[in-house]
Amino acid sequence: MLEPIRQVTGRAVYVPGDDIDTDRITPARYLKVVTFDGLGEALFYDERFNPDGSEKPHPLNDPRFKGARIMLVGANFGCGSSREHSPQAIYRAGFRALIGQSFAEIFFGNATTLSLACVSAAKEDILALAQAIAQDPSLEVTVDVERLEVRYRDRSFPVNLPPTAQKALVEGRWDPIADLLEAGELIDQAAARLAKAVRS
Amino acid sequence: MGKSLYEKVWESHAIRTLPNGQTQLFIDTHLIHEVTSPQAFGMLRDLGLKVRYPERTFATVDHIVPTHSLLEPFEDPQADEMIRQLRKNVQEFGITFFDVTSGQQGIVHVIGPEQGITQPGMTIACGDSHTSTHGAFGAIAFGIGTTQVRDVLATQTMAVSKLKVRRINVNGKLQPGVYAKDVILHIIRTLGVNGGLGYAYEYGGSVFERFSMEERMTVCNMSIEGGARIGYVNPDQTTFDYLKGRPYAPKGAAWDEAVARWKALASDPDAHYDDVVNIQGEDIPPTVTWGINPGQGCAISDRVPDPAQYPEAQRASLEEALAHMKLRPGQPIKGVKVNVAFLGSCTNGRLSDFREAAKYLKGRKVAPGVRAIAVPGSQQVAKACEEEGIADIFREAGFEWRGAGCSMCLAMNPDRLVGDELCASSSNRNFKGRQGSPLGRTVLMSPVMVVAAAITGEISDAREVFGVGERVGA
Repeated sequence: MLEPIRQVTGRAVYVPGDDIDTDRITPARYLKVVTFDGLGEALFYDERFNPDGSEKPHPLNDPRFKGARIMLVGANFGCGSSREHSPQAIYRAGFRALIGQSFAEIFFGNATTLSLACVSAAKEDILALAQAIAQDPSLEVTVDVERLEVRYRDRSFPVNLPPTAQKALVEGRWDPIADLLEAGELIDQAAARLAKAVRS
Repeated sequence: MGKSLYEKVWESHAIRTLPNGQTQLFIDTHLIHEVTSPQAFGMLRDLGLKVRYPERTFATVDHIVPTHSLLEPFEDPQADEMIRQLRKNVQEFGITFFDVTSGQQGIVHVIGPEQGITQPGMTIACGDSHTSTHGAFGAIAFGIGTTQVRDVLATQTMAVSKLKVRRINVNGKLQPGVYAKDVILHIIRTLGVNGGLGYAYEYGGSVFERFSMEERMTVCNMSIEGGARIGYVNPDQTTFDYLKGRPYAPKGAAWDEAVARWKALASDPDAHYDDVVNIQGEDIPPTVTWGINPGQGCAISDRVPDPAQYPEAQRASLEEALAHMKLRPGQPIKGVKVNVAFLGSCTNGRLSDFREAAKYLKGRKVAPGVRAIAVPGSQQVAKACEEEGIADIFREAGFEWRGAGCSMCLAMNPDRLVGDELCASSSNRNFKGRQGSPLGRTVLMSPVMVVAAAITGEISDAREVFGVGERVGA
């Protein structure tokens, strides 16, 4: 049994923009690795640093948001490639939940499998929370995966999560390998029934 | 009510419902490459697991392969480490590998079809978002992450949720000078880069019926750029003709049996679709991108947007895109200076792409100051281009003629943009930094438009450069 992810509490940071693609989250040159170790460093690298290595203004470079566990994003976040390096980098940089208007499908699946909760919410709610964080970066935010809401101060707003992802997170089944292996003979029956490419 | 191909394939491959409600789906064919597989093999070892059906996984090396020299060790020590890891993994687990010495190496989405590994009705998975390409054969093909690569290696299954199906009809005829690439850029521009979220795209209509397999692959390839993880075309005689005689295609009596099975898989005439979109082929112009995502496109004769003309909510993203592209609001896209021309990728790196481009390139020269590179999608494509004299046409015109690989589509090998170079590219993504320089600029277009840009040194309308509708020898 894996750790159930019922809620994520911590400080949050807002990374604005729609259609943030996986090349921006993790530029391809950081994919030339045979493990995922150290990928946290690559997160949004070209958005955060100039080619000479000096810092650009970016929310993740802002010391007030260091240590944030929750990232607020726009629509279609994680579009582009299937590289798991992107959610890996986000996770390894310390994030445990994302609140966005919507997520690209492959990214969403990859993130959920790492126990990174990606909940979707209305734009106004995200912007209101972003404003609250800007005023008080130490604000504590809770993403409640079980009750499907986000809470901060005395406020809350509803969020969406497909029931399958919610169940996987809350029941500690976010990595499906144990469940998949259980199918045992059913897999062999399918393999016997279904065609395969054979060189003849 | 009848069923779509997607539903039929789903039903025959669903093994059981998982405790979280997802479906455990059997994957007929698994394709792997050097970038997204090493960690998956690492996970297998950590868990003490084996590859369950090694004969259902095929490997190639494409992303990091240098295209100027295959001399080993590769100049880039990281790339060298990656190919060595892959060799070790395929050897240890008994997986067929199309290595650089095989004569069959190439981009995973080019060689799968080329070898006949990709077949109708199959479920196919690969740790690469452009796996949607294989849908051209009526396969259901998923781009997956590395943990899922592990799942498929270990169990030949994965946990997935069923998608809705959107039928996209393109009827009528395409205008001269309009290609499959324009069709998909137009679809993405029309439906948006996230329009396909939650959908599998089924492409049909008379334009798709007339398309060759390679044209269908170009469209299915970029389904993911429209937000759809899966795109497919129903199998027909064109599909069967392409596959017949390929190394991994069924032979003899098994072939006839397979064709009968494949025919029955096509969507029923009264199939249910969750959405239907109709596009008229005549309405599709030669299309290029002007921005930083594949939906930010326009007709070649258009001007780029002026953010002032748009609602305030949209302005910031338009301004960001124009600033990155160094374009003035409202300027014509035609005439923008080009530094680099790139012809290749899993979208447009097949023999028919080079053939069509060569028809127009023959006897012409790349403009001074333009760096033009042509990268065949596979060693087989490269060989055919040599045999047909296509490679020489490119060389004589001033293109660098390279070896097979992903190359400058995503610049994981030494081929990349420098500084803020602008590239006329037949690839699939114009994201910031995609072609290797954080400041680099990408304009997506069809192969013939890339050739037109290479010759004129600027974004050009190929119909004007080469004469409207002049389809030489076609």
